[in-house]
Amino acid sequence: MKLTELTLTQLRDGLRQGSITSVEATQAMLARIVDVDNDIRSYLTITDEMALEQAASADARRAQGEDTPLLGVPIAVKDIIATQGVPTTAGSKILDGFIPPYDAFVVDQLKAAGAVILGKTNTDEFAMGSSTENSAFVTTSNPWDTERVPGGSSGGSAAAVAARLAFAALGTDTGGSVRQPASFCGVVGLRPTYGRMSRWGVVAFASSLDQVGPFGRTVADCTALFQATAGYDRRDSTSLDVPVPDFEAVLTGDIRGLRVGVPKEYFISGIEPEVEAAVRAAIAQMEQLGAEIVEISLPHTRYALPVYYLIAPAEASANLARYDGIRYGPRVDGENMIESVKRTRSLFGPEVKRRIMLGTYALSTGYYDEYYGRALKVRTLIKQDFVEAFKQVDIIATPTSPTTAFKIGDRADDPLGMYLADIFTLSLNLSAGCGLSLPCGFDSQGLPIGLQLIGDTLQEAKILNAAHAYEQSTAWHQQLPLTGAS
Amino acid sequence: MTEYEAVIGLEIHAELMTASKMFCGCRVVDSVTAPPNTATCPVCLGMPGMLPVINKRAVELAIRVGLALNCTIQRHNIFARKNYFYPDLPKSYQISQYELPLALDGHLDIELASGETKRIDIRRVHLEEDTGKLTHLDKDSQFPQGGTLVDYNRSGVPLLEIVSEPNIRSGEEARAYAVKIRQILRYLEVNSGDMEKGVFRVEPNISLRPAGTETFGTRTELKNLNSFRALADGTAYELVRQAEILDAGGQVVQETRGWNESKRLTFSQRSKEEAEDYRYFPEPDLPPLEITDEWVESVKLTLPELPDTKRARYMADFELSAYDASVLVEERAVANWFEHTLAVSDVDPAPSPKSIANWMINDLFRLMNEHKQGVADIKFEPAAFVQLIGLVENNTVNNNTAKDVLTEMYQSGRPAAEIIQAKGLAQISDETAIFEIISQVIRENPDTVAAYLSGKDKLRGWFVGQVMKATKGKANPEIVNRRLAEQLDQLK
Repeated sequence: MKLTELTLTQLRDGLRQGSITSVEATQAMLARIVDVDNDIRSYLTITDEMALEQAASADARRAQGEDTPLLGVPIAVKDIIATQGVPTTAGSKILDGFIPPYDAFVVDQLKAAGAVILGKTNTDEFAMGSSTENSAFVTTSNPWDTERVPGGSSGGSAAAVAARLAFAALGTDTGGSVRQPASFCGVVGLRPTYGRMSRWGVVAFASSLDQVGPFGRTVADCTALFQATAGYDRRDSTSLDVPVPDFEAVLTGDIRGLRVGVPKEYFISGIEPEVEAAVRAAIAQMEQLGAEIVEISLPHTRYALPVYYLIAPAEASANLARYDGIRYGPRVDGENMIESVKRTRSLFGPEVKRRIMLGTYALSTGYYDEYYGRALKVRTLIKQDFVEAFKQVDIIATPTSPTTAFKIGDRADDPLGMYLADIFTLSLNLSAGCGLSLPCGFDSQGLPIGLQLIGDTLQEAKILNAAHAYEQSTAWHQQLPLTGAS
Repeated sequence: MTEYEAVIGLEIHAELMTASKMFCGCRVVDSVTAPPNTATCPVCLGMPGMLPVINKRAVELAIRVGLALNCTIQRHNIFARKNYFYPDLPKSYQISQYELPLALDGHLDIELASGETKRIDIRRVHLEEDTGKLTHLDKDSQFPQGGTLVDYNRSGVPLLEIVSEPNIRSGEEARAYAVKIRQILRYLEVNSGDMEKGVFRVEPNISLRPAGTETFGTRTELKNLNSFRALADGTAYELVRQAEILDAGGQVVQETRGWNESKRLTFSQRSKEEAEDYRYFPEPDLPPLEITDEWVESVKLTLPELPDTKRARYMADFELSAYDASVLVEERAVANWFEHTLAVSDVDPAPSPKSIANWMINDLFRLMNEHKQGVADIKFEPAAFVQLIGLVENNTVNNNTAKDVLTEMYQSGRPAAEIIQAKGLAQISDETAIFEIISQVIRENPDTVAAYLSGKDKLRGWFVGQVMKATKGKANPEIVNRRLAEQLDQLK
């Protein structure tokens, strides 16, 4: 088997046993990136020199008898997560060339765990999008069909993991930006509970919704990266000061007696029949494994999309107002300061401008109560739906997205159509729960279908174990896209 | 002509004297003297992905102020983003408080010139962060293009906003209220009160309405007031200006006006149409700040005795006049110094608090004023001051000599007894010695004696002067007066 086809856990075993070195694994990945990423375009920046140094250092540390959770494991990081000394663009021209003087908390965690950082992956501009088409630099291709999108906004990370261009990767999920691309690319992606991962150093889109999440080819891989990066950080006042359980130890594969809720509101018209069939089959499979299936209701589901598209743009309109070219980032000169700031802001792409305007409007005097204020109230109702649901069930199973990957350009001029790609993932971000997507089949065109499992606050262990149990009873995760096969 | 009633509310911004900034670990430095941009970090520069963490100490100081201003401290606090663009505001929003501020519904009693007391209601006190500072350059040789420099040292410094209800009725009342707020903040050791450096800023909202009516007129907001005098004068000017507009049948324009100190007038800075919509919304980066009863109680224990209470106590316990008591409590450091003198126990007989107060107000303050110094600059301890007064009261030195000794103490810091000994200034209270000197003065001035005896009683003072001159002022005046009367009377 090729080095690059190993899962993260297989690689880690090899590194521990001494059968593989980190430098070998890193070189293999870097070589594959050179070979293949012209077709996929998952990376915006490749940090090859730094990666090889980190790999050599990992090997040296291991030779000294050291072992840390990800020692020597090559990982990719979404370009919205700050990396000290390495460009961090958030997929935007307005941060083109910006090199942060700090690492994000999760990057600190990666370094402390001994990981090797291969580079920075593509994203929709400021994570606003579901296809990477809103990236100011490139559109990433889906490794299963390069004419299709990988999903977004963490499409670069999802595609890199699917195409074996990284053993795992970090993304961020504000409305589904980890789960939806995981679904489109046939990998596992976790959106942890809000506050489980510090947002320190993550370029803000919508502060009350943003959360970092890991991608892996398997549930175990995803869990390993989650384990290494989760944790409390006093620099983020919204991060939760709670212990991080040993998630890798809870992957027993035993889900007998687990109550799985199936919300009727998630099987609506508009969902592709093949997607619905695959998800229903996956739920049946979980029942086979001993889970108890319970039909439930999340009655306010249909409000999630409008609520999300008021709250997220409102927060974004404030978060993005700082990009004026005065302190950092590119500056477009004008006759005077105000003119210069206006011209600099023209570097924002159309979707970002659209959301800034939406959010500014929703917060304006005279409209606040009607829009933003009301959205906050409905958000409480959506949260309450989940609180009620988790009184009856342990986890909830739904499709991740109503469709499989769509063609590049198909929805580029249809913002509403694009927003619908996240219709099943948004509710979770508005609540206090956690969720993941894992492969549960392919449609007739060979495109991956994702199963979403949702857990209660801080109950990542339950959804990870349920996902692991299902995955171990199927072979979906063993199918690889043919990327780079000659 | 219509008689108007002035309706004035004050917004006061006061930086809090914490060691670090409101939402990051940067030091709080003197924004006038510190080299620009030397106390900044990615958080207070608003760099991508940086997050705020509330400075607990700032909250504590704010609670202190809320309590001192008789406010209710809100247990559930929400921070909010106030959105507006300006190059000195790195995030393009200021983290402030909007709907649920820290303290509500307080009041403060001020003394009017008439001697009456007036209660000014305080609407709210809330916490926020200060902005950076802009410097607009002249097009000189160093910067031929001109331009604007920005210094972010002040960005993120904890800032308290104290908002009064509009029940202030004149420039003088506005001034009295602001002076008293400043005094309290200094007592609480939360703010230096330096208006020149802008750490204490006062902005009045001013409008007029026909006397006896209840609805508010259109208001203007006054800025750039760098002194209490500017506050009183600017407000007074604005009241006259508005009255003239109304009398002429015109309408006051709602706007922000600046005070031009040299021209002594207000000018339009920004109209309502240009005013920003701040689009306040709850700050998602900060969870609600919950203030427990225990926290409030523990802060209450740290509150010092406030000036009004202190003043009443001085008047009741030490029989000080209202004026003297006010002077002593004006600054906490002065009151502390005074109270230290009261604790001195090894001087016998112990001078009365009233006597010490007189010496402080009449003599010590005069020296401090002459040297433009404060109580912290005094080179001797309160105990040394009491010892000097004790030497007067036990007749070791007379009053006039003591004043000279105090001047010397003020300059050198040496103890009174040492100065008196070194210079031979001890008072002559020896009756025999004084008898001899008086006899000598009488012998040497027969003509004056004759004049006195012929009925010119006023010459008695001249004889006292001669005796004092002969003793270089050291003679005990009480003995001199008594003996002189006796000896002159004997000649009658």
